[in-house]
Amino acid sequence: MEKLMADLKAQIIEQLNLQEVTPESIGDDQPLFKDGLGLDSIDALELIVLLQQHYNIRIANPEQGPEIFRSVRTMATYIQANQTNKA
Amino acid sequence: MNSEDAYITGCCIIRNHRVYLNGTLQWEADQALGLSEFLRAGYDRFSGQYPKFHKMDALSKLGWLAAEVLLQSTDVHTLPPETVGLVLSNRSASLDTDVRYYATVKDIASPALFVYTLPNIVMGEICIRHGFKGENTFFVSDTFDAGLMSEYPATLLAVTPLQACICGWVEVMEQQYEAAVFLVENKQRGLAIPLTAAALTASYQQDI
Repeated sequence: MEKLMADLKAQIIEQLNLQEVTPESIGDDQPLFKDGLGLDSIDALELIVLLQQHYNIRIANPEQGPEIFRSVRTMATYIQANQTNKA
Repeated sequence: MNSEDAYITGCCIIRNHRVYLNGTLQWEADQALGLSEFLRAGYDRFSGQYPKFHKMDALSKLGWLAAEVLLQSTDVHTLPPETVGLVLSNRSASLDTDVRYYATVKDIASPALFVYTLPNIVMGEICIRHGFKGENTFFVSDTFDAGLMSEYPATLLAVTPLQACICGWVEVMEQQYEAAVFLVENKQRGLAIPLTAAALTASYQQDI
């Protein structure tokens, strides 16, 4: 889980071109949107692409998005659950 | 409208890795820098504290940077937002980004690139940064059309609520780029050069 969250932080910074942000500055439970990391709706689409590209996971229900992308930890939890389910 | 009713009050030229404001060289970057590195260095030099800059395409970054320099010593921000407009033009529209976006659709289309597949997005980014809400128009032509860029903004200042207009040329194609943006106003301040095609041409041609 810790390794996955570290990977996600690096991937989020690269995919979203967050040049002012370092992996260390993103908290595991820090909100990704609004007052947290300040991501916007386009960033949300990029996160969906990130899951598809790096983890081959498609979000079946878009209404799950806000919960999945609430923080790095919720993203990692979703990835683990879906990779486990696929195995 | 007579030229006495509209004035060029500011001018920013960015080309050849040099930034001019009102005819004076403000900064010259290392000529070895690629366009992306040059724009990033310009952002660090003249602005900073605007993370959305890093997500923009090169055309938006260049226009945004030119506006940042152009407006740094003006009080245009004190005008009502709906009285400040933009009229820009270029040769390649958003083709530089279009090509890269097209490459992504063969795999997974990039939402971040798709946002910038219209040339007028550069004006939106400038408006968001500075809070402008006036009329926006983007023209595409082979070369900088000083006649159009003098007559059209002058007409806007004469027949619409606009009091100020950023106009000019913002072009990016691969590593080739050029920005020549002017602040024109219905007030005689700043450079206070009567807005004519000849005056725009003279300003545009500096450092060529």
